[in-house]
Amino acid sequence: MKYHAKVEISLKKGMLNPEASTIQRALALLDYQVEDTSTMETIKFSLEAENPDVAQKQVVEMCERLLCNPVIHDYQIQINPAGD
Amino acid sequence: MKVGIIRFPGSNCDRDVFHALQLAGGHPDYVWWNQKDLSNFDGLVIPGGFSYGDYLRAGAIAAITPVIEGIKEVVKDGKPVLGICNGAQILAEVGLVPGVFTLNQKAQFICEWVELEVKTNRTPFTSLYQKNEIIKMPIAHAEGRYYTEYIDTLHDQDQIVLGFQGDNPNGSMEAITGVCDEDGLVCAVMPHPERASEPILGSDDGLKFFKGMINY
Repeated sequence: MKYHAKVEISLKKGMLNPEASTIQRALALLDYQVEDTSTMETIKFSLEAENPDVAQKQVVEMCERLLCNPVIHDYQIQINPAGD
Repeated sequence: MKVGIIRFPGSNCDRDVFHALQLAGGHPDYVWWNQKDLSNFDGLVIPGGFSYGDYLRAGAIAAITPVIEGIKEVVKDGKPVLGICNGAQILAEVGLVPGVFTLNQKAQFICEWVELEVKTNRTPFTSLYQKNEIIKMPIAHAEGRYYTEYIDTLHDQDQIVLGFQGDNPNGSMEAITGVCDEDGLVCAVMPHPERASEPILGSDDGLKFFKGMINY
């Protein structure tokens, strides 16, 4: 069965996020006063697997081996059956 | 000493390193990312550049190529391995040195000469310097801010190799910009010793990195 996978990669809590602080400062230049700015990377793909658990397990492996650096990243995975 | 220079698509300091190794009296040769057997080399240098366009994270994709298996074998054999800039990021991604080199504090590319303190001279690459010697070399990176969860271990095991002297341009933890593995044979540095390998470049302070390696 085919599944859509979505991986959201964010920095661990407390890690400095220079991209987010630059965006927040740029928004302030436009007179938008915002706080708690953060960014995350989204990676989407589809894959074949017997069931959602197997798909999930494979994507966790992908995160651990390539998509994330466990020293600085957290990740969240969504697995959904591909619609027709 | 026969030294392999690892080339990935996007490496761009490979020929500079070749030149510096020759100046130091070594016999360099190039190795591509898909070569697995590196047993004919006495040491390796992973040069700087932008392997695989820095996609995902600097060094992340290079870290899963076949040549990494060969590099690990060379490390097991007790031969010296130096990663410079992108090479340092790759060694950190592979886990051959502790920690990570990530986005600079000010989210910009920094290219400038810096003063550095040699924190340990127990590695082959720093063996010809005095401990606490101040040297001058250039940096050129966007992802060079050093971070580790195990800073105390690094101190205890004498794994900090280079630190910024004075200004800390990229916001690295404790101004660290070079680390090594427990044995001191795998060394990852963000500054470019090959770009400071002869006086015409502005400094030859970096040449001893390669001389020390050749002498090992």
